[in-house]
Amino acid sequence: MDMLAGKVKKTNQPLDATMNPTDVLDRPIRLTARDVTVHYGAKQALFGISIDIPDRAVTSFIGPSGCGKSTFLRCFNRMNDTIEGASVGGTIKLDGDNIYDPDLDVVELRARIGMVFQKPNPFPKSIYDNVAYGPKIHGLARSRTDLDEIVVSSLRKAGLFEEVKDRLNEPGTGLSGGQQQRLCIARAIAVGPEVILMDEPCSALDPIATAIIEELIDELRENYTIVIVTHSMQQAARVSQKTAFFHLGKLIEEGVTEDIFTNPEHKQTQDYIMGRIG
Amino acid sequence: MSNATISPSVHSSKAEYAKLRARRHAADARLRIYGIAAITSAIGLLGILLFTLILGGYSAFVQTHIRVDFPISAEYVDAADPAAGNYRAIVSSGVSTLLPSETPAQARLISQILTNNTQFFVRDAVVKDPSVIGGTLTMEIPAADIYDQLHKGNISRDTIEENRRVTDEQIVWFDTLDEMGRVSTPFNWGLFFNADSRFPEIAGLAGAITGSFYALLVCFLISFPIGIFAAIYLEEFAPRNHITDIIEVNINNLAAVPSIVFGLLGLAVFLQIFGLPRSAPLVGGMVLALMTLPTIIIVTRNALKAVPPSIREAGYGMGASPQQVIWHHVLPLALPGILTGTIIGLAQALGETAPLLLIGMNAFITSPPGGVLEASTALPTQIYIWADSPERGFVSRTSAGILVLMGFLLLMNAIAIVLRQRLERRW
Repeated sequence: MDMLAGKVKKTNQPLDATMNPTDVLDRPIRLTARDVTVHYGAKQALFGISIDIPDRAVTSFIGPSGCGKSTFLRCFNRMNDTIEGASVGGTIKLDGDNIYDPDLDVVELRARIGMVFQKPNPFPKSIYDNVAYGPKIHGLARSRTDLDEIVVSSLRKAGLFEEVKDRLNEPGTGLSGGQQQRLCIARAIAVGPEVILMDEPCSALDPIATAIIEELIDELRENYTIVIVTHSMQQAARVSQKTAFFHLGKLIEEGVTEDIFTNPEHKQTQDYIMGRIG
Repeated sequence: MSNATISPSVHSSKAEYAKLRARRHAADARLRIYGIAAITSAIGLLGILLFTLILGGYSAFVQTHIRVDFPISAEYVDAADPAAGNYRAIVSSGVSTLLPSETPAQARLISQILTNNTQFFVRDAVVKDPSVIGGTLTMEIPAADIYDQLHKGNISRDTIEENRRVTDEQIVWFDTLDEMGRVSTPFNWGLFFNADSRFPEIAGLAGAITGSFYALLVCFLISFPIGIFAAIYLEEFAPRNHITDIIEVNINNLAAVPSIVFGLLGLAVFLQIFGLPRSAPLVGGMVLALMTLPTIIIVTRNALKAVPPSIREAGYGMGASPQQVIWHHVLPLALPGILTGTIIGLAQALGETAPLLLIGMNAFITSPPGGVLEASTALPTQIYIWADSPERGFVSRTSAGILVLMGFLLLMNAIAIVLRQRLERRW
């Protein structure tokens, strides 16, 4: 309990001690989206979204339910491919390579761009196997020792190792919600991605577990480019350096998080932040 | 009354609301009673079925045997070739030591107290152990059907002789043997280890059980893989369009097609066009596979549908290919449901009679099949054959056969339940 209390306290401190808020504008660009549209059958869900995602920073997408922020997030690792009838237009480039290139292997793309989902969804396997699954299918470990190392270091990076080190062979679904979500983060990290997409990762968690995950996201920022969808504006303000506001399938405003929250240009953004819409 | 405080204000009085509440409670109670009545009558009907079957069939699980000492004289059997001896004479002499006879005709009647195949039992025993030649061989031989039924009380001694299948004289012979302590009624292993026979006392289900086993094996080997892959394709890969809709409707229709139609198809296609052997478990299994296939496809699709989409998302999100997501995550989770459905489908196939009749699996065959191409019967068709036979002994054997079939069904369903509980991952 002490440990948890400590973590909560820490998150309440100003998050960004190391990084000047406006630094995010100078970061190299990792992902570039241009005129991205998404149709579900005849229904258009996204209308020409263009945005740059800076390297090793947290970018958050906010907006009311159904505004298309999750749909847009899922464009980055082509998860929309798995939805029948969904079609994506425009271009998204990862380090200059079009990820919608027909020659691109989506499996390799998803090894570079990991994803954490809204509801913790560990596989119904052991904690070890959950983390080891990605390295196994992508052939990242040459030996059992390699694999053990990856599993341990991934669990450590996800801040879960100390809690589960004695029960790696127990089912991952037996963990608490917050632990499950950190297991999912460890699972995503284990493949060595460059980008991690998080789709409302805390919406199914209690405030303490949420605080732990938020702190973890802040730590992960040093090594990974993170894009997070959240419906909690406080969360966006706490964890992200760049924020984009979506409304009805359109990108209304994007910019340095601090600016968006303190000095939004658009009235819609202001209304949403003030709690008048959404 | 505390309830009154929460009564909706639209009701003018407490009394009015109480009336409404009483009506609602009565309706709830009525629904419960209907349900209980329905369950009770269903269980009652099942109970009656089981009761009549056990009542009619229990006597077939024991068999009247008579102990006879056969003198194996070297006069009738040559030690060099024991299989070629005159065993009919040996049987006659064995029986005549027990019951002396006055005329040769009477002697023949007396020897018919044992089952018709006694000479073959004796021959087999002698061939197995030729050292008895010159000595005496004591064997427990099944009594002929009428004596068996007499002993079990299925033929009443009170009936007048003309209306009875056993004469007074035969009763005296049997009672004499009984008094000599030579009559016993051990458990009828022959019911399970003998094949069919014209003589009920030695007729058994071995041929039918083997035939059913082979047919189900063929049925499983064909319908399980095809069913699973068809279901995986339809559920995981097929686009939703008119063609898949039509396929889906047709699969559901196929599951409802009367089984005799599949039998006709088997007859027309497998026997007449492909020229496969009649009465063979291979053809039976192929026909049953056609029937089981839609069931397996439907249960597999439902089991796949029941796997939470979050597991698929997790797999795809990790960069697993569709094939890896299915093999590593979806199928293991769906497996308990698939296996349960498959076993229930096979249990249905086990009890299916009509298609097997049409492809000739109701032939009279006195030895268990040695393979899937040899002529054989199956459990339900064997029951059908016995139910059609006039001998008194087959009446109880029909019921016993049904009980055995139901035993196998029960066993398969039990396996399904155990498998589901073992494999189901609740975490």
